[in-house]
Amino acid sequence: MTFRKYLVLAGITVLSTAGDSLLARGMKELGSVSLHNLSGLLLAILNPWVTAGILFLLAFFACYMSALSWADLTYVLPATSLGYVLVALIARFGFHEEISPTRWLGIALIASGVGFVAAGPSVTPSRQHLDSREPSSDALSQEVKL
Amino acid sequence: MKDICAWAAIGLVVLTSTTGDVLLSHSMKRVGDVGELWKRRGVLAVVGRVLRTPTFALGLMAMAVAFYSLLFGLSWGNLSLVVPASASLTFVANAVAARIFLHERVGRRRWIAALLVAGGVVLMAV
Repeated sequence: MTFRKYLVLAGITVLSTAGDSLLARGMKELGSVSLHNLSGLLLAILNPWVTAGILFLLAFFACYMSALSWADLTYVLPATSLGYVLVALIARFGFHEEISPTRWLGIALIASGVGFVAAGPSVTPSRQHLDSREPSSDALSQEVKL
Repeated sequence: MKDICAWAAIGLVVLTSTTGDVLLSHSMKRVGDVGELWKRRGVLAVVGRVLRTPTFALGLMAMAVAFYSLLFGLSWGNLSLVVPASASLTFVANAVAARIFLHERVGRRRWIAALLVAGGVVLMAV
């Protein structure tokens, strides 16, 4: 794992959080979308908040695809969850909002979960050396245990 | 009724985004390290190679369905229910799917992490 790869993971966290927040803001402005007016869902794209959200999510997607090309899915995914922590910390220290004890516990759980993954290997080694159709002996022994 | 719709949307999000993640991860592993490829052959080679991977389009479609299901869910249920519920369930579903379909070595470390993150996401919403 190089510095640049950690930057890509940070990009995943920040861009997905920003994109989701913008989308949520836009959808709240539009109100309920029901099965009766499906066109409302398509027109949602015209809302500027939704448009901005989609642009951020596209940038997120590029980072995400790049990360998936050199790391396992189960390694990359927790990076996206750090966004929740990011939002809470911005709310606490940027906007001086109160954070309840349960939320702090949630932050601690997510952070430790990410730490658990980050401390381990980023990619399953067998894939790069063996034919992908042939599971490694380790994967086989795990299969037997199932 | 609104609740049922919200949970149906959550279930759909979990199913389709897990499918999408697995397909996209599979395609990107086939493409190989994007950074290396970019350095050697340029960005067009990267884009071309990604677009020519058939499972990539399928994964993208699954993600599009997940995206619209999430928009549906957001219009029915609260942001504080729909997002964390679908996110935390997706983490666990992805760990299972990555192990079965991608043959990733999901060791004890990653199981614990998936459960911690899923639990944390739920607590954040309470």
